[in-house]
Amino acid sequence: MRYLPLTDADRSSMLATIGVDSVDALFRDVPDHAKLPGKIAGLPDHMGELAVERHLSRLAAKNVTASTVPFFVGAGAYKHHVPASVDQILLRGEFLTSYTPYQPEVTQGTLQYLFEFQTQVALLTGMDVANASMYDGATGTAEAVLMAARVNKRNKVILSGGLHPHYREVVETTCGIMGMDIRAQAPDWKNAEDLAALLDAETSCVVVQTPSLFGHLRDFTALCDAAHAKGVMVIVVVTEVVSLGLLPSPGSMGADIVVCEGQSIGNGLNFGGPYVGLFATRDKFVRQMPGRLCGQTVDADGKRGFVLTLSTREQHIRREKATSNICTNSGLCALAFTIHLSLLGEQGLVGLARINHANAVTLADKLSGIKGVSVVNDGFFNEFTVKLPKKAAKIVSKLAAKDILAGVPVSRLYPDVEGLDDLLLIAATEINSVEDMDALVRGLEEVL
Amino acid sequence: MNSQGRDSTPHSVSVTGDVVTFTGNKALQQEEALIFELDNPGAVGVDLPEPVTTKTRLGGLSPRPGVGLPQLAEPDVVRHYTRLSQKNFAIDTTMYPLGSCTMKHNPRLNEKMARLPGFGDIHPMQPVETVQGALELIDQLAYWLKTLTGMPAVAMSPGAGAHGELCGLMAIHAALDARGESHRRRVLVPESAHGTNPATAAFCGFTVDTIPAEENGRVSVEAVKAKLGDDVACIMLTNPNTCGLFEPQIKEIADAVHAAGGYFYCDGANYNAIVGRVRPADLGVDAMHINLHKTFSTPHGGGGPGSGPVVLSEALAPFAPLPFVVHGKDGFDLIEHAKDAGKAQPFGRLKGFHGQMGMFVRALAYMLSHGADGLRQVASDAVLNANYVLASLKDVMSASFEGPCMHEALFDDRFLKGTGVTPLDFAKAMIDEGYHPMTMYFPLVVHGALLIEPTETESKRTLDQFIGTMRHLAQKAIAGDLAHFQAAPRLTPRKRLDETQAARKPVLRWVKPAPQAVVAQAAE
Repeated sequence: MRYLPLTDADRSSMLATIGVDSVDALFRDVPDHAKLPGKIAGLPDHMGELAVERHLSRLAAKNVTASTVPFFVGAGAYKHHVPASVDQILLRGEFLTSYTPYQPEVTQGTLQYLFEFQTQVALLTGMDVANASMYDGATGTAEAVLMAARVNKRNKVILSGGLHPHYREVVETTCGIMGMDIRAQAPDWKNAEDLAALLDAETSCVVVQTPSLFGHLRDFTALCDAAHAKGVMVIVVVTEVVSLGLLPSPGSMGADIVVCEGQSIGNGLNFGGPYVGLFATRDKFVRQMPGRLCGQTVDADGKRGFVLTLSTREQHIRREKATSNICTNSGLCALAFTIHLSLLGEQGLVGLARINHANAVTLADKLSGIKGVSVVNDGFFNEFTVKLPKKAAKIVSKLAAKDILAGVPVSRLYPDVEGLDDLLLIAATEINSVEDMDALVRGLEEVL
Repeated sequence: MNSQGRDSTPHSVSVTGDVVTFTGNKALQQEEALIFELDNPGAVGVDLPEPVTTKTRLGGLSPRPGVGLPQLAEPDVVRHYTRLSQKNFAIDTTMYPLGSCTMKHNPRLNEKMARLPGFGDIHPMQPVETVQGALELIDQLAYWLKTLTGMPAVAMSPGAGAHGELCGLMAIHAALDARGESHRRRVLVPESAHGTNPATAAFCGFTVDTIPAEENGRVSVEAVKAKLGDDVACIMLTNPNTCGLFEPQIKEIADAVHAAGGYFYCDGANYNAIVGRVRPADLGVDAMHINLHKTFSTPHGGGGPGSGPVVLSEALAPFAPLPFVVHGKDGFDLIEHAKDAGKAQPFGRLKGFHGQMGMFVRALAYMLSHGADGLRQVASDAVLNANYVLASLKDVMSASFEGPCMHEALFDDRFLKGTGVTPLDFAKAMIDEGYHPMTMYFPLVVHGALLIEPTETESKRTLDQFIGTMRHLAQKAIAGDLAHFQAAPRLTPRKRLDETQAARKPVLRWVKPAPQAVVAQAAE
């Protein structure tokens, strides 16, 4: 009971102050039938620190970790190196164990880093403003679709076939229940999709992804122009945010809302969460933007300071009229993002993006040399699609047995779509050495 | 501004008699510029290898000309964020009695466990045979949550408490549709509910019907019955409620809603008060989210990440969202698609991947550390501490309701009547005394609410000091020392901030100032 400071003597004296003779008396409003008499069957009693460590370490040891094997798994989450100082700062109790900054005089630390985070996100995406983060990229995308509907009061949504299918499902689940008409396109693995032709006066927004799920790159300028001519909003999704160090920003192409998964900068893989959604838009839409916002102001002495602001959009004021039900952000993940990006700076981010791309180009060339294997993409950032002569899921399993984590079989993401069984998504990042790449090539040659 | 972005002239003397320094710094209280103002072109905080090739395959796109990020070396970045950290209250530095937020101690063992490479360095789309330990951990946590609550199923993926509410209401929506009762679209929500409750109901396309609170802060079964009808989808009730009280008629309310064909959604934000002592299943709950970051001590991190698994009754279990872990023939398996879900009819997907794994590890570490016996003690001590505060302050501050309370004690501003001191002034004076203020102006059912939640991890010594401080401040207010409160806080890095200006003229990002020459030219 090392986390509980009260002693039995404390408890007795406190009960005397309250004027009751037992803690049970304080639970007198609980109906008798609902009171648990004592222990709960099936659960163990407390364990010491050593025992807990042993138990959890044993579970952890059953998993194959990304850093210990040749690793090429992406599809929306990426293994990057995170500098040691990021986690050391996150572990500072003043960041780790603080709450939502409701009292700005004693939370300037959190508020200032959120302001810096918002600025960094705006710069990266090429947009005017950003919020203080969302749960993750997928939930951020659903919120973006709802926001577009608030702006143009339209109901139809076009989802590109290059959008991550998990994101598509989150949009379908979240916006579907709101009665929106969601039209998801077939998986666009050849990068042949024509979305401009699908837009009409009923369309609220079109959601595209860059790089697409299959790794393809596109200039969305023409799509944005076509969309804007019809009053349609363009939402650009980025699942690999490091790509924004090399590729033109969505803002420069004319995007209205940009949503990114920010995991790649500062945050580990963590088996899928917690991650951090980045959300940015144009100034004119700021009052329709979901989530928390940190704003600059002055204090009573006229000094610059920061507060949470524009909360009149939010649930705790507007209740059933709120723009969304979100009451939190991914503060600590946003902090990790902001520290890592500060360490990288302009040179570091551009350099990191270039190394990612260079490794992917090198790997794609190596894989193209294997008989029966072809790279589908013309252009890509750090992930691309290969066509194999056999079912990709089986190949990935066989390589996993050789301690090579080769990538994500497209069939795992689209089990209901025919004709994708031989496609494999392969990601390369700065962590992949030439030896790792050669191990993948050799492994593939052996199992094909 | 000097090269560090800090003022290079001394600050003026303020009316409160502050000591003036050249930099504006005061010993450990350091002024800190924005990271953008610390830009040191040419510096970099990481060492990266040279690319192995200069070939590019960008599909016809031109590389981006630049991003505009500031450049700093590692020591400057570390110092910047460390200095920022020192401008925060946190549960590690001070008692944080923020009602309804359950600011308890965050054990560092949990952090250590979440950082084991076997949990932190695994990818959500690795082959399932390479993540058996992770799936087993999720299964174990699910078992604990189900056993503690007495509920048969749990949906693990929601990313926060409010996301859990959404999950629960979507399950109710799906269950009603499956029953052919899609006309049930009215949701009953007490006026004392968290703002997320009505927002969530509206989000799911329901209409919200508010139930007024009784004089005693509770919801009565009669008030609920008066609202029931065949268009009611569910009731959303917080228990213990936001006034810090257990709803004694909860089972009768649940029975009445069930008899009318509706479901019972329980907001589990206050589960901390009853964990190990009351099972929600025995209260008639159909769905309840559990804030792992509250009851099970995962750190709040300045507002997140959270995690909000939702326990579900038999009636709602089939509709739980994807993905979920099952026991397969070769170990654990992950069901990611509806077609693999057997008899289940998942209502969809709520999050990009499988949920907040990092929070799962922390919560399970906490559960194992406390065990079933310790968790029961958690609820007992949380309730004891809150009642101790209530009993010790009710003669000087106005308690909204007679005790006993559950894990939080509700006061209101009657004791400040005629003093001119507002709850906000009172809260700011607490800051100078070294405490994070309590929750103010919530719940809405009492005027000028002051909601104090000490949690079970405060010692009697800390509580006695806190009680002494509160008594002192209350007496000071009643004695008419208005100036003391209106000038607070005096000792913080910033005085009271102008929130009206922030909202009227939003400045939500830093913008690079124009070069002096350009500014001068524009002014001509």
